[in-house]
Amino acid sequence: MYKIIEKTYLNPTVAKITVEAPLVAKKIEPGQFIILMVEENGERVPFTVADFDSEKGTVTVIFQIVGATTMKLAEKEAGEYIAQFAGPLGKPTEFGEVKRVAVVGGGLGCAIAYPQAKYLFGKGVEVDIIAGFKTRDLIILEDEMKAVSNNLYITTDDGSYGEKGLVTDKLKSLAEKQRYDLVIAIGPVIMMKFVTLAAKEFDMPVIVSLNPIMIDGTGMCGGCRVMVGGKVQFACVDGPDFDGYKVDFDNLMNRNRAYAEAEKKAVEEHKCRIGRTEGH
Amino acid sequence: MANMQQQKTPMPLLSIEKRRTTFEEVALGYSTEDAINEAKRCLGCKNSPCRAGCPVGIDIPAFIAKVAEGDFEEAYNIIQKDNCLSSISGRVCPQERQCEGKCVRGIKGESVAIGRLERFVSDYMRAKKSLDKVKTNGKKIAVIGTGPAGLSCAGELLNYGFDVTLFEAFHKAGGVLVYGIPEFRLPKEIVAETVDDLVKRGAKLETNAVIGRTLTVNELFEMGYSAVFIGSGAGLPMFMNIEGEELVGVLSANEYLTRTNLMKAYLDEYDTPAVRSRKVAVVGAGNVAMDAARCAVRLGAEEVSIVYRRGEDEIPARAEEVEHAKEEGVIFRLLTSPEKILDDGCGRVRAMQCYRTELGEPDASGRRRPVRVEGSEFELEVDTVIMALGTTPNPLIRNTTPGLETNAKGCLVTSDGITTTREGVFAGGDAVTGAATVILAMGAGKDAAKKIYEYVMNK
Repeated sequence: MYKIIEKTYLNPTVAKITVEAPLVAKKIEPGQFIILMVEENGERVPFTVADFDSEKGTVTVIFQIVGATTMKLAEKEAGEYIAQFAGPLGKPTEFGEVKRVAVVGGGLGCAIAYPQAKYLFGKGVEVDIIAGFKTRDLIILEDEMKAVSNNLYITTDDGSYGEKGLVTDKLKSLAEKQRYDLVIAIGPVIMMKFVTLAAKEFDMPVIVSLNPIMIDGTGMCGGCRVMVGGKVQFACVDGPDFDGYKVDFDNLMNRNRAYAEAEKKAVEEHKCRIGRTEGH
Repeated sequence: MANMQQQKTPMPLLSIEKRRTTFEEVALGYSTEDAINEAKRCLGCKNSPCRAGCPVGIDIPAFIAKVAEGDFEEAYNIIQKDNCLSSISGRVCPQERQCEGKCVRGIKGESVAIGRLERFVSDYMRAKKSLDKVKTNGKKIAVIGTGPAGLSCAGELLNYGFDVTLFEAFHKAGGVLVYGIPEFRLPKEIVAETVDDLVKRGAKLETNAVIGRTLTVNELFEMGYSAVFIGSGAGLPMFMNIEGEELVGVLSANEYLTRTNLMKAYLDEYDTPAVRSRKVAVVGAGNVAMDAARCAVRLGAEEVSIVYRRGEDEIPARAEEVEHAKEEGVIFRLLTSPEKILDDGCGRVRAMQCYRTELGEPDASGRRRPVRVEGSEFELEVDTVIMALGTTPNPLIRNTTPGLETNAKGCLVTSDGITTTREGVFAGGDAVTGAATVILAMGAGKDAAKKIYEYVMNK
């Protein structure tokens, strides 16, 4: 059992929990992920880590409340326990020799992009963060991102905050002024696809962090296989970071839909069960 | 005078109707009368050919003689000398190719049902074992992996008096015995009990410990372990690398079985989604393929086929599994090879294109090589394709342990089947041999414990 130390909501559908997991906290590096199970009969779900404190032995994950498992996780309060917590999994991000980096986050992806920016900024790298959200109410981690970047650019689809428009447009306009040595793109698959295309126009390398469906996270199930450079790669052990130029994003989008129907049903059933409990 | 009944005493089985809808164990086990009757068929051959066929060398005629006398406890003690996981091996060993394959009674009629007797004796003693906490010698040994190799190694290390810690990457112990082999062939209660027995005797169990990530082998030594046993198995699934393999609906047998068995996706109260299919093709014909096909039947598929490029005689699965799969309605499409998986236009599987084969000259494996029959291509309509082509060892440990060498297939290099190239590190089971059987892994675990004892005591 793993104790939840702290829980807060970053916006109505995004929560942040900090969990006591000393072995994981001691080892984890930016880019790696963990797998947790909320309850003994739950799913094994991968989460990329948003923050960690090796000394306190804690690991923080930020998640969107979208499915049955994240709903159950959001119902847990500080002081309560989750059943399982394993990691760190995957390879740490390999940044290479870089001086100037653009970190591009889309929505919840900002939570995963944040430790990367923090790490690089801490190493003295010049970091620009471009963070895209649908609308003002969904913005997360603004202060945190500001603290670990030279410049933070927020874009919203509806123009309710920051600049109206897409992260790709912002990236292009910034790159026109000065090229980045590296672009790190984390967010919805479709966003990563278009950030990669935009970066390609300026011949800037791109690292993307993939989040396919997986079970074990150690290379065993093959559910997370993605096509990278025409070859099958397992996101859990070969990734989760890959060269954006080589990833077949369309195939990944298709594979991520595999259990959409089952998930929809699970969410309805969970809501239904909550309804029953509240009725008593 | 031996019982000269030509056939094995029949094993009571769950009805086929029930088998198609539940995951309950299929083979129900002998009664006391069945066991004594069957034991009396043994001729007690002096040269005991059956024993030579047993990978761990159980004194088979001796234990069967005790069963015939009704002294099940003594029979159990004889088995335990060589095999501490006999409830499991009695269920999953390919006896027809081991002990029973050598049985003299098999020349005219059927061999003695050695596996069924082993299972009977072990099940009979399940509730009766006395488990005392081991008095430890203070030396700590780390056992990585809780599959058959790790469990048997840990059991034997406890016998030597070591302070044993088992490390498991998953949230539940048992390795392939829990994620791979389904409930209907090996009830998970039996695996859990085997693990509990080790814990009761003093072993510690650390789950969610991914060695190579959460902790490395080097760190285990820093933590004061005197030796490390690697029994991490062969968990990486292989794919065919054919067109269409990336479509939704194509899974490794590992994923299909893990969802079903470890995550219990077939039970409503568990959250992991099950793969619900209408028409399933399982590619391959080993035990894993049979397990996947029979799970598909139970998950409600209308049509389940085994697609195998060789013939009936070459099927590598255990005879009983093939028989049970056929009884449950699995279609065997033999001498058939897939070459392409076809898209329904929305990124899902619509069909699998196959061609027929005929068998040519023997290949490197000694089995007759399948040769394509020109012009025999056809489409098999399916919505799910499960690849059960075999597995290779996981690279996580070897990539993070300096001095640990592996061969071209990713298997750990050893000087004697046990001792690795890194001092103080021993290994056994599929991590060394590549995908093999539960009993070979158990045997290796036990042998490794002896090597570890010699190593630690002479250090």
